[in-house]
Amino acid sequence: MSQAAMNETQKGLVVKQAGPLALIQDVGRFGVGHLGVTQGGAADWISFRWANWLLGNALNSAALEIVMGGGLSFETEREVRLALSGADLDVQLDGKPLAPNTSFKLLPGQRLEFRQPRQGLRAYLAFPGGLNAPEVLGSRACTVREQLGGLDEDGKPLKVGDRLTWKGAAPAVRRIPEDQGPQMPASGCRLPIVLGSQIASFSGRALFQAFNQPWTVDNRADRMGVRLTGPALHGSLTGIISEGIPLGAVQVPPDGQPIVLMNDRQTIGGYPRLGALTPIACAALAQCLPGTEVWLTPVSASQAQEDYRKQLMVWKK
Amino acid sequence: MKPITEKKAERSTNVRVETAAMDALMVRLFDTIDESNMAWVIAADQALRNAFGSMLIDLVPSYTTLLLHYDCQQLTHSEAIQLIHKALSGLTPVDTQAGELHDIPVWYDESVGPELPLVAKRAGLSIDELIEQHCNHDYCVFALGFAPGYGFMGLVDEALATPRLKTPRRKVAAGSVGIADRQTAIYPLLSPGGWNILGRTNVPLFEHAKRGEPLFRPGDKVRFRAISREEFEADGGDTTPMEERP
Repeated sequence: MSQAAMNETQKGLVVKQAGPLALIQDVGRFGVGHLGVTQGGAADWISFRWANWLLGNALNSAALEIVMGGGLSFETEREVRLALSGADLDVQLDGKPLAPNTSFKLLPGQRLEFRQPRQGLRAYLAFPGGLNAPEVLGSRACTVREQLGGLDEDGKPLKVGDRLTWKGAAPAVRRIPEDQGPQMPASGCRLPIVLGSQIASFSGRALFQAFNQPWTVDNRADRMGVRLTGPALHGSLTGIISEGIPLGAVQVPPDGQPIVLMNDRQTIGGYPRLGALTPIACAALAQCLPGTEVWLTPVSASQAQEDYRKQLMVWKK
Repeated sequence: MKPITEKKAERSTNVRVETAAMDALMVRLFDTIDESNMAWVIAADQALRNAFGSMLIDLVPSYTTLLLHYDCQQLTHSEAIQLIHKALSGLTPVDTQAGELHDIPVWYDESVGPELPLVAKRAGLSIDELIEQHCNHDYCVFALGFAPGYGFMGLVDEALATPRLKTPRRKVAAGSVGIADRQTAIYPLLSPGGWNILGRTNVPLFEHAKRGEPLFRPGDKVRFRAISREEFEADGGDTTPMEERP
């Protein structure tokens, strides 16, 4: 379609260069785990919500999750206010740097470019009223492996020529209070974990090692799972009868190197587990670059829930 | 099989609830895989869905367990544990005869089922005998997981049990029918995988799952039926050999 023939609402943001991975996400797909369908959703759900909050959107509005940047760039066909949160991917608007965790105006013909991570790994770009994308099984979350969601319902990441359009008109102009907003993890990041599942099957030595020394985030890390490297953890179980896997599950395969299962994890699996990271810890881990040192810090389920509710309260004010 | 009443008394005291995550609990009913489990797992699934209603976020049944993800804005951890015990007290098994029987036509051939010779050799059978054995049983669907619509089925005859490939394939074609240990399953879509592949079916599993209506449900039965290449092709089956796929 020629640009002249388009009416205003059909115009949008056009992908000029595709980065390594930009996916349409919302909070995820729930109530479908029994079909074998994964949860999906924004890996750093806290930054995702801040991005929507900045525009006054409903906090589950579909936004873009951009990993690494890698030259992903857009050109806008009409004026729009967008919001950016999460990682600092050295974003530039017509060559001028943009601060993370702010909203900004983009004028027709202007170009937005995501370069490389300076702090954190995943940035979220929110649009007025949320991105237009078809809902599949109750969510717009894009899961590549399952070929679900996204612009064309086939789970494909953004590619050159894709046009993003949005639902709303004039968004709010909000600023994140100084003492709040997403924190990008530094080295030595603590990851609260709720113990459970097969914890008793691990040796005392393995449990000591699990919680008293740092783990290194491996480069084998994606939306499905993040591998941690350190001394091998051993226990009396090598495999178990396959059972459901919660978000953040820390499973230990026979090589003793834990894998934290993230949003795009398979729904059931058969390795013993130490427990599961809290949702807040999962959001932090999703921003850790390979090589980051992290500590697993046990927390009770009730304390974790209190922290979680406190986090949710921040957006209600 | 023991009479159901006897099992009920034995099982209903045996529900264990373990912490799985901040807002998820593992409901453990059994310690071993058995087809008779499914009458109880399905009953527990229904009872928990009814009891939790809008407080339920996700419920994933498997061979011996159900993973329950609840809304921690409505319930505390201990309230959720209590609610599970209440929902499962006096549980009665469902009638598994009510599960659907699915007829799955499979083209068994080495080009699309590269492990046919391996599995046959291990079992001391000819390839035709192996195919006959694989088709000669109604398999129980124990769980859906791994990929949308993927049903974990079993139990295959002990003689056919074959461990997973040492190195998983990077790409297993959609519709591939395979064996791992005593389980058998169909890959709904092109994915990596380490099962021993025996053949290919053209029955869609993913499209059903994508619409939220999986073809299989836990407790269903599946019977494989060997068809010829001509029948498979006439049905629109993709005959591209496994190893030649891009």
